[in-house]
Amino acid sequence: MSSDIDEAEEAVRVRFIVNGSKVTCAVAPRDTLVDCLRNSLELTGTHAGCEMGACGACLVQLDGRAVHACLMFAVQADGARVDTIEGLSESGAIADLQAEFHRRNALQCGFCTPGMLINAHELLARVAEPSREAIRDALSGNFCRCTGYEAIIDAIAAVAEARVDRAAQEREAASR
Amino acid sequence: MSAPLTSLDRPNSYIGRAVPRPNAKRLLAGRGRYVTDIRLPRMLHAAFLRSPYAHARIVAIDTGQARALAGVHLVAAGTDIAKVCTPWTGTLDHFKGMTSEPQLPLPLDRVVWAGQAVVAVVAESRAIAEDALELISVDYEELPAVVDLDAARQPGTPRVNPAGQSNICFRTQLDSGGVDEAFAAAAHVIEQEFSFGRHTPVTLEPRAIVADYDPEAGMLTVHHATQTPYQFQDLYARHYGIPEARVRVIAPDIGGSFGLKLHVYHEDMAVVGLSMLLGRPVKFVADRIESFVSDIHARDHRVRARMAVDADGKILAMDVHDATAIGAFSTYPRTSVVEGNQVIRLIGAPYDFKSYRAALEVVFQNKVQTSQYRAVGHPIACAVTERMVDLAAASVGLDPFAIRARNVIPDDAYPTASPTGYKFEALSHQVCLQRLHEIMNYDALRAEQAELRQRGIHRGIGIATFVEITNPSPAFYGVGGARISSQDGATISLTPSGEVRCAISVTEQGQGTEAIISQIVADQLGLAQEHVKVITGDTEVTPHGGATWACRGAGIGGETALQAARKLKANILEIAALVLQEQPAALDIIDGEVVNAATRQPRLAIAEIARIAYFRSDTLPPGTQAQLTVSHHFAPQGYPFAFTNGIQGCYVEVDVDTGFIKLLKHFVVEDCGRIINPMLVDEQVRGGVVQGLGAALFEECRYGETGQLLNGSLADYLVPMAMEMPDIVIAHVETPTADTALGAKGCGEAGTAAASACVLNAVNDALAPFCASINAVPITPARVLEALGRF
Repeated sequence: MSSDIDEAEEAVRVRFIVNGSKVTCAVAPRDTLVDCLRNSLELTGTHAGCEMGACGACLVQLDGRAVHACLMFAVQADGARVDTIEGLSESGAIADLQAEFHRRNALQCGFCTPGMLINAHELLARVAEPSREAIRDALSGNFCRCTGYEAIIDAIAAVAEARVDRAAQEREAASR
Repeated sequence: MSAPLTSLDRPNSYIGRAVPRPNAKRLLAGRGRYVTDIRLPRMLHAAFLRSPYAHARIVAIDTGQARALAGVHLVAAGTDIAKVCTPWTGTLDHFKGMTSEPQLPLPLDRVVWAGQAVVAVVAESRAIAEDALELISVDYEELPAVVDLDAARQPGTPRVNPAGQSNICFRTQLDSGGVDEAFAAAAHVIEQEFSFGRHTPVTLEPRAIVADYDPEAGMLTVHHATQTPYQFQDLYARHYGIPEARVRVIAPDIGGSFGLKLHVYHEDMAVVGLSMLLGRPVKFVADRIESFVSDIHARDHRVRARMAVDADGKILAMDVHDATAIGAFSTYPRTSVVEGNQVIRLIGAPYDFKSYRAALEVVFQNKVQTSQYRAVGHPIACAVTERMVDLAAASVGLDPFAIRARNVIPDDAYPTASPTGYKFEALSHQVCLQRLHEIMNYDALRAEQAELRQRGIHRGIGIATFVEITNPSPAFYGVGGARISSQDGATISLTPSGEVRCAISVTEQGQGTEAIISQIVADQLGLAQEHVKVITGDTEVTPHGGATWACRGAGIGGETALQAARKLKANILEIAALVLQEQPAALDIIDGEVVNAATRQPRLAIAEIARIAYFRSDTLPPGTQAQLTVSHHFAPQGYPFAFTNGIQGCYVEVDVDTGFIKLLKHFVVEDCGRIINPMLVDEQVRGGVVQGLGAALFEECRYGETGQLLNGSLADYLVPMAMEMPDIVIAHVETPTADTALGAKGCGEAGTAAASACVLNAVNDALAPFCASINAVPITPARVLEALGRF
């Protein structure tokens, strides 16, 4: 028994690019990515809600795609680019989403919010102007116990519309 | 043409304005600071070995191997913690004859539900602590488990507490008289039995605590994900024998609470003891499986109801019996009886009838404890009442709106009282009914329903009227001997640079308490809202108070802030008057400037008054002591509760082949008195509705025959997600309470109170052509098919 435990605790070196910076961590093989982000790197904006991929609180971007940080071991992310809510906030990539969530009070306790934002960011990167139905569908893996979801759907729809309008204006300006 | 000016056009008028929450930006940037995020120097981690049996005697515990594991600092069983912690009993004095066994953080010799914590391990990491749990062996002698509610009530059944006389925790009855006569005279008598499944709050942030006992200072600091820090300060002080002033409870950002995080949990109490035994900070965060088996559950009720109605559809009397199973203990310090008590007292509450009789039976069983969860008792009382009213309407041949219009207490009948003794100051059922009819576009919905029915599409329309208990006075817990405050306190200061900080005892769990308090303070003082900083959730810096439960944040906390701000304003104007050689009454404050009250001409910035008072008091007249910090406490007086009311409607589609239900649209009209921030009220209502919809359709803690929870994860226990939820239309009626200057009542439980009743009525409406009927919640596809005789 005790030899198994020794093995479980044995440190492994992993390297990532986290929020644009090269990072090296010593992790146990059993540490999940969310454990590593929260405990080793102190990036506590990524939350653990259900630890089985059902609630979406732990979503981060891995090489540009949203993944559940609770369903992945840290060692599996070796060599990857990881962007968390902290990095996406600082880069301004989701500033319009954050402003619209704020304006519409599309959050209450805020525990699900980083995962919601990362999912919304991913959705709008894939579909420029999703229908409300499509937004609800895309968020169907993000549990929010506080808001009733409607304000979140409204905020994402409003950002999509604003981004489409802005892109059209930019195209028009470029063609002139 | 420009719109006429309203009170919101005055400068600094924030009461009634939909302003965003200042603290929300931080949470959006991932900069929340939840207890789960807290890491202290030398902090250790606790994990708990849990009982695999619903009922068993603990014969022996062997912890030798676990103690020997590297990284383990302490392994503690029941007897170890019992040396430092005194037991507690979850009873209240005003519930006569109520019983419950004394409890300790960890059991001494017997486990009473599957999942009960038995042994604690404290180690360098949670992972090591969990490794150590695997090295502990416990010998159990399994005892008969009481699982089913009806079985638990049978005489001769095994007892949950062998020392008790029976499995009954509490019995009570109400009788306003004339019930039998009313039933004898009734044109119609409706009789029905209802069952409600256990469900659980499922806050996204699980329960979390970091206890940090400093033996040298004799000081305990607890970072605790709770909505009631003062209650826990008192409990930790008394049960661990630490002077109250040396116990500090800090509740920073809280990831959802809904009543879940105000009860005493065995693990949380244990963690305080573990920190004291070790003299080091100890952290415990429940994982999701632990949450399902050890968080409170709620709403496990079986209700039998009868209603007597005359030939015109007028309700004459109700007679109900509620049996509720609460688990093995009554929770502490609020007890597990409050829910059932509210069920029997709220049944029939919106309606004008005199004869009411009710019996309540609260029953122990070998499951985790049930207790207060958002809208305590309301959804059950509302579902029973509103379904009975719909059945009465069907017997008499009336439309659901028509029978309610005939029976609700008229808006001009106040003040009045319910047959159960609740005193109503002013409610607005008639105007709410009318508004709901309009916003639903009811006649058009009925026409659409009839047309679609021809094509085999089965839609249903349901409505439900509700009364909500808010702003509770000491009549709630205080009279029962519980040290739970119904008053709140605020300390408000003008800072040297002319800003304001308000430390207040009501707490923030995302509902926007800090935002509304800053709105009220800014409004009353005449400042821009961004110049008001609100501090909550720390017993060391805020005055003692009840904090946030039972919808008291706006109504009681808001009034506390309003009165405190008025006091500070009077003090500021008194100093200003001395400086300006003017009468205080001739002055006012607008936008941070002292102005001439009549002309609004600016005279002096309040920052200048602060500068003079703090740094140049020598220039003030002799004998002046400027009081630029004031503390104020407010306890509700007048009506024991500020009741609110409202009505909800919903439109659903039932697939009669699969039993699946689609929520198409939901409507709410609610009256919470003075609205401080309409956006926050709407979002509270929406969130509340969705919790009620979860209860209506999905959520149920299912147990096997041996008392094992069968669906203890988010893959097995369904919660409402974005895809299944409808858009929710909200309208307001404002009937302020005259008991306070602010006039605000609560709104946080209104959504949950009536949502499941609404869905129950709508589904039954959809099933009406099949003569099928459902009186059980949650309404699962299997139950729909069963009702249709197809399963």
